[in-house]
Amino acid sequence: MFNYATRRVLSALPIAIIAVTVCFFILRLAPGGPFDGERALPPLVLQNLRAHYNLDQPIWIQYFNYVWRMIQGDFGPSMVMEGFEVSELLAIGLPFTLMLGMTAFIVATIIGVIAGIIAAVNQNKWPDYVLVLAVMLGVIVPNFLMGALLQLLFGVYLRWLPAGGWSGGNWLQLVLPVTVLAWPHAARISRLMRGSMIETLGSNFIRTAMSKGIGERLMLTRHALKPALIPVVSYLGPGLSYLLTGSLVVESIFGLPGIGKYFIQAALNRDYGLVLGTTVFYVMLILVLNLLVDLVYAWLDPRVRFR
Amino acid sequence: MHFGKILGAASLAVGLSLVAITGASAVTLNLHNGGDPGSVDPHKVSGDWENRVVGDYIEGLVTEDAEAKAIPGQAETWDISEDGTVYTFHLRDGIQWTDGTPVTAGDFVFAFQRLFDPATASEYAYLQYPIKNAEAINAGTITDFNELGVKAIDDKTLEITLEAPTPYFVDALMHYTAYPVPRHLVEKFGDDWTKMDNIVANGPFKLVEWVPGSHLRAVKNDMYYDAANVKLDEVYYYVLEDESAALNRYRAGEFDILTDFPADQYQFLKDNYPGEAHVDPFLGIYYYVMNQEKAPLDDVRVRKALSMSIMRDVIGPEVLGTGELPAYGWVPPGTNNYDGAEYMPDWAALPYDERVAMAKQLLTEAGYGPDKPLSLQLRYNTNDAHQRVAVAIAAMWEPIGVSIELFNSEVRVHYDALRAGDFQIGRAGWLLDYSDAANTLDLLKTGTMQDGTMNWGNNYGRYSNAEFDALLAEAATTTDLVARAGLLHQAETIAMDEFAAIPIYWYVSENVVKPYIEGFADNAKDIHRNRWITKSE
Amino acid sequence: MAGITGKDRTLTAYADTLERLDAPKGRSLTQDAMRRLIANRAALISIFLVTAIVLIAFVGSYFVPWDGTKVDWGAIRKPPNFESGHYLGTDQNGRDLLARLLQGTQMSLIVAGVATVVSVVVGVVYGAISGYFGGRVDALMMRFVDIMYALPYILFVIILVVIFGRSPVLLFVGIGLLEWLTMARIVRGQTLSFKEKEFVEAARAGGAKPFTIIMRHIVPNLTGPVVIYATLTVPEIIIVESFLSYLGLGVQEPLTSLGTLISNGAPVAEVLPWLLVAPAIVLVTLLLCLSYIGDGLRDALDPKDR
Repeated sequence: MFNYATRRVLSALPIAIIAVTVCFFILRLAPGGPFDGERALPPLVLQNLRAHYNLDQPIWIQYFNYVWRMIQGDFGPSMVMEGFEVSELLAIGLPFTLMLGMTAFIVATIIGVIAGIIAAVNQNKWPDYVLVLAVMLGVIVPNFLMGALLQLLFGVYLRWLPAGGWSGGNWLQLVLPVTVLAWPHAARISRLMRGSMIETLGSNFIRTAMSKGIGERLMLTRHALKPALIPVVSYLGPGLSYLLTGSLVVESIFGLPGIGKYFIQAALNRDYGLVLGTTVFYVMLILVLNLLVDLVYAWLDPRVRFR
Repeated sequence: MHFGKILGAASLAVGLSLVAITGASAVTLNLHNGGDPGSVDPHKVSGDWENRVVGDYIEGLVTEDAEAKAIPGQAETWDISEDGTVYTFHLRDGIQWTDGTPVTAGDFVFAFQRLFDPATASEYAYLQYPIKNAEAINAGTITDFNELGVKAIDDKTLEITLEAPTPYFVDALMHYTAYPVPRHLVEKFGDDWTKMDNIVANGPFKLVEWVPGSHLRAVKNDMYYDAANVKLDEVYYYVLEDESAALNRYRAGEFDILTDFPADQYQFLKDNYPGEAHVDPFLGIYYYVMNQEKAPLDDVRVRKALSMSIMRDVIGPEVLGTGELPAYGWVPPGTNNYDGAEYMPDWAALPYDERVAMAKQLLTEAGYGPDKPLSLQLRYNTNDAHQRVAVAIAAMWEPIGVSIELFNSEVRVHYDALRAGDFQIGRAGWLLDYSDAANTLDLLKTGTMQDGTMNWGNNYGRYSNAEFDALLAEAATTTDLVARAGLLHQAETIAMDEFAAIPIYWYVSENVVKPYIEGFADNAKDIHRNRWITKSE
Repeated sequence: MAGITGKDRTLTAYADTLERLDAPKGRSLTQDAMRRLIANRAALISIFLVTAIVLIAFVGSYFVPWDGTKVDWGAIRKPPNFESGHYLGTDQNGRDLLARLLQGTQMSLIVAGVATVVSVVVGVVYGAISGYFGGRVDALMMRFVDIMYALPYILFVIILVVIFGRSPVLLFVGIGLLEWLTMARIVRGQTLSFKEKEFVEAARAGGAKPFTIIMRHIVPNLTGPVVIYATLTVPEIIIVESFLSYLGLGVQEPLTSLGTLISNGAPVAEVLPWLLVAPAIVLVTLLLCLSYIGDGLRDALDPKDR
């Protein structure tokens, strides 16, 4: 298993490099550069700026320089946020996005699993329908609309919660962003959970246990939960990447300092360095988290062998 | 910077943000500042959201009062030579950077040299080109910085020599390009002097925290000469591009001042938050450029037909909803040093039907009609307001038989295309850098030859008229303000009669201010320094 | 094993069931499933509603009084009004919202439909080739799929759209090209198991070319997975499109889409509520129905549940 994990981590590196390569060349093909603002720059100034960011060299030299420095952990300067290195921005944005994402992830998983079990036990009765509906709203209502409406309701009208921002220690400020982020995730998990719980409850070994007169609650927690969780766990990996990309919108609406927001601004402003930097971290994050999920999966389902 | 440092910086950032302001009596202003400042170095910034921050922590020779009029800043007084080309500034006593180093005339000399140094690559250096040899140094033709017309006579006296008398020069000195920088720190840290660990201030506030994507925080500078009259203890400049989310946070009580709001909400604000929305004339013009290097827009008849068939009075009040006034000329009303009647074409007074008939006639003369319809592409940068104006104008051109393909792209792509001449009609806008007619008229000046290629600068439509250029050149050396205004008026008339571009409306500034904020004076520059703001709870 | 989505799982389960049966019985399984699906009331109502929405979106614009690009200068940002024929009101440009909504729904359906077709085609071809040839080709091709799975594809969609402008075609192809991975896996699995079956062996012995075998014997057996895949993919793409609209990366004016309408309506929810309500109802109904259909199909096609 250790070998397996090592191999997975090592195989993540070429994937990250492929992602960087694709991004790098797509970006340079694009019309518009980081210095095309509303006002024209004098030619000499433009030339100096380009030289400063090494944009005047042949593209493949730029590329190899970039990858070489990246491997050493240097992501270069941000071209639009002139006062910052890309690494400095990541150092601010990444911990925040991770915290936001992980909070939403944990909340969503717990709520999703519980909702799924309740729906499965009450299959085709009203709690099932109500839950399915409540949960479907999360998948169906676009997150930017959900964010705007919740902000209006809880921030402006009811004044129960802060409408946005992040000033360091005020956890209440995270309630709305986490809700918007977690809702669709919880929805998908609960649907999966419902399906697999129904399947498990219908399987022979549960029927046998039931015929032996074992109580419903005991049966659910001791026997049915673990096998029913397997498909849920297999979803967590890709679910995480959905969740992280959801942070793009949530961070923009609530004005939060995360890498999702940096990515969007950087892409729109042609900040090559920052786009590449955030992409690399997204890719690595998703790879590492997927690996963790796989390990959990193997623990739950002994049939899985590490190849 | 390496991974270990990333972690270190991360914990530092978290730690910093946990430091709360102490003392219950501290007055904090929560200012919604829109975009994320790319820098706080006065030589590297370009946006109004950056200006709000930079102008609070650094002060130039001249500074803004509450109405954004020029008042003495770091210079207490100044003398102007009789020919209007030599300005001598006398700095205040006791002014210092927040690390205790005095602010000297040398800091200003150093700052101007840095501004024009081509290696600094300052985007707005051209604003100070009236200074002797500034343009040549910035263009690299003079490499000895001592030739620049900025000299320190002693620590307290600064002498600035101009190329020619410039009536608006004191106004131009309010701009952040004329701010001093702490020479001792720039020499020590280079561009890193603006890092929060290194930065100092000589203005009413000093920056203490910067979390990109979230906010900057400044606290009152007790060493500032007028600190006794600065009423705020702390200012947060919040980053939030989503205007409607920003309005929600304002309504939730999280922001005291909004520096922009969604125009659709104007009526709602007037009804529900009376007196809080401030919409005021702003020195700026919203216009469409037409590529005059290529057919069909090289034909003045086509340009005229397009311009006269726009119902300008519908756009501000109806389409946008904030009541922007229609623009027919090129210089915003209220611009300084520009006495004389506002440019107004004869056709502007005609009823719309007649204008449409005339426009059709012009197009027929130019060879277009039902058999040969004119179809054009209209480019704009992605933004709700630009989109609405474009859709409305495309619909106004339908009756004269012009079909429009709309094309939007991000701002960088948009301006890249405009500059490259890769467009037919394009949306553009200009906010005056200082209150002077030459600042907008320069937009229509013929480009200059540089290294074998034509540099058109901001004249995207590539309008070119020798007479117009001559009038501007003549105005630049005319010291008599009335005569100068006359020349500029002539130039404006020439360009507008030839439909060098399509002016659409004059910009307005849009702010929302809580009733308990005082000292927020509406002005045509939309500059409101926090030094003048008071907040009563 | 990495990156198994819910979609993936549902399809794998169904494919496993198919595999255990002989080919002719596979068809009767589909017939069985249809019967069970029709017995499912929620799914049936949903099918009816979705059909209605699709029909109205494509035909309705011929029956409404206003054209979606026509500006009514006398009715800028006006609420619903039956006398003037603006049944759902007008937007800030004086354009009829009903006409815009029909056109937007059409656009969203087209984007989702075409992107799904693109992803199905790419997925089937890729998966079939990989499965049919097996061995080193298979390993290499599937390794590539694994790599693609690990990439945060929405970032690439954003970069693509930012860079190459925002034509609907790009949206179709861009999203479609990034969505095919699941399909490719399923088809590969199916192909691997089919190619050992007698009828395929027989065809091969008869000298049929690989392409013919894939097209004639393997692809027809994929109907079930493709249908489930499509019902699950269409809503996903509609959501992605609306997400891009929020970022200002939606389709070009004067075209519109459900996502664009909603992202324009969201900021004016209080002042011009009609601009949000109608598009939101259509979107929610459409996606809700599609997900009920998806659920119904899964229940119907997976006999284990019964």
